[in-house]
Amino acid sequence: MKPQLPLLEVNDLKVSYGGIHALKGIDLHIAPGELVALIGSNGAGKTTTLKALAGLLHCTAGKMHYDGSPLHHVPSHQRVSAGLALVPEGRGIFARLSVAENLQMGAYTRSDDGQISADLERMYALFPRLAERRAQLAGTLSGGEQQMVAIARALMSHPQLLMLDEPSMGLAPMMVAKIFETIREVSAQGVSILLVEQNAKLALEAAQRGYVLESGAITLSGEASELLGSDAVQRAYLGA
Amino acid sequence: MDILFQQIVNGLVQGSVYALVALGYTMVYGILGLINFAHGEVVMVGAMVALTVLQILLAAALSSVLAVLCSLMVAVAACMALGYGIERVAYRPLRNAPRLAPLITAIGVSIVLQNLAMMIWGREYHAFPMPFSNGLHELGGAIITDVQIAIVLIALLMMAGLMLLIHRSRFGRSMRAVAENPSAAALMGVDINRVISATFMLGSALAAVAGFMVSANYGIVHYYMGFMLGLKAFTAAVLGGIGNLRGAMLGGVVLGLIESLGAGYIGDLSGGFFGSNYQDVFAFFVLIAVLVFRPSGLLGERVAERA
Ligand SMILES: Nc1ncnc2c1ncn2[C@@H]1O[C@H](COP(=O)(O)OP(=O)(O)OP(=O)(O)O)[C@@H](O)[C@H]1O
Ligand SMILES: [Mg+2]
Repeated sequence: MKPQLPLLEVNDLKVSYGGIHALKGIDLHIAPGELVALIGSNGAGKTTTLKALAGLLHCTAGKMHYDGSPLHHVPSHQRVSAGLALVPEGRGIFARLSVAENLQMGAYTRSDDGQISADLERMYALFPRLAERRAQLAGTLSGGEQQMVAIARALMSHPQLLMLDEPSMGLAPMMVAKIFETIREVSAQGVSILLVEQNAKLALEAAQRGYVLESGAITLSGEASELLGSDAVQRAYLGA
Repeated sequence: MDILFQQIVNGLVQGSVYALVALGYTMVYGILGLINFAHGEVVMVGAMVALTVLQILLAAALSSVLAVLCSLMVAVAACMALGYGIERVAYRPLRNAPRLAPLITAIGVSIVLQNLAMMIWGREYHAFPMPFSNGLHELGGAIITDVQIAIVLIALLMMAGLMLLIHRSRFGRSMRAVAENPSAAALMGVDINRVISATFMLGSALAAVAGFMVSANYGIVHYYMGFMLGLKAFTAAVLGGIGNLRGAMLGGVVLGLIESLGAGYIGDLSGGFFGSNYQDVFAFFVLIAVLVFRPSGLLGERVAERA
């Protein structure tokens, strides 16, 4: 099914916070262009996984390979230029920077100014709401608009692998639909995506494959459609 | 009534110096949440280095303009290196330590620098040689010197340049991003340590210029000169709202004015009981009053973080 070399490969990854083992050795991989969902309940370790991949957390053991090269000792700021981008939990936008400045921060590692301006316009076309508010301080935007800023900002780095941590959190259904539509669009353009969601149904419907994380370990993985239909997922996450 | 105008002129000159130094406190606070109590000593080192370079160059009969420019440049470079070193040695290893730890190393660095300066330049007061005749001008009844005019103009230029840098450049944007959310800035590809180092160096460069200014204005330098100046500039930063750049500039000028007007009128107001030698007291009354009545300062706002 997957003859391609994976873009990201994680083996036996362990992370602990002091004495708490948040990740107890997880394996996962993402092929170029794939949209993969990582689901699990509160405290399962989803955010921890993404933070470890982005380099914000120190891993106690395990291997991470990105595009064939080891990732462990690459500092977080260099992972961006390598093509990794994270839309963090809670968005992490710069509230006291304008919308435009937030997007420019996304392009921080790039130096192709002309292309950056073109990309800015592309983002405003993707999110017209942001175009109207480009000079406004990002902290004064609504939650949904802030999520748009966070996603657009991550896209400004031209990621090969976009990781999203609960992009639907706290948003009205209309806004969730808009965000998922964008995720599908980005995926269709060939960007690999690792999508963390509590809303398992939405995530698995959008994804090609999925992993289920429980208490720091991966308990199920497979085709998204199979996971959606499986009894275990139905019971645990879809309230069936 | 012409003493009023004179005191306003003096206050503006002194306030410009406070503003430059206060910016260094406030930039570091904005980015690390830390009061760099060694910052006043950086001003002193700037003045001392400028003194030595100026003495050497003037003895070598270099043209006065060149000598002044060179000594200023060497002082700026030395202070930038010092600011970089202070952060690396005293603060970076304690980045994740409890708040009190870097505060104590700050005081330690301050004492070390003072003592080093005392060993190098001695305990005595040195005359700061200004190779120009310092012309006097009358301005609406007040007297202002060439040096004082230069101080105000250069301070204004530097502050305008700093605001441009911080609000219009890519580097400034990354600085504001790190100040607000360091881990999100790292996710954008910003090397946080580099931005922090650059912030210390920027603040130290301003401090060096300020050190040169006070030396040229008063004509005297001393290894202890950074202590009081640093405390007052810190007061100015708190007065304006620590962490707020415009606040530091406003706080500096306001503190300069309060001090000089206070010193000018304290004799009259207290019926001759207090003299103008009580000038230093005003800064600390201001500090206490701000901390009691408006801890966020003149321009500091409580920014409510949105989830
Ligand atoms: N900074 C921390 N210090 C100590 N423990 C932590 C820290 N961050 C997370 N944990 C613990 O690690 C475990 C995994 O947390 P994580 O944030 O990865 O969960 P999550 O799957 O993202 O949950 P949620 O769906 O609620 O966001 C939890 O038990 C949590 O309490
Ligand atoms: Mg989480």
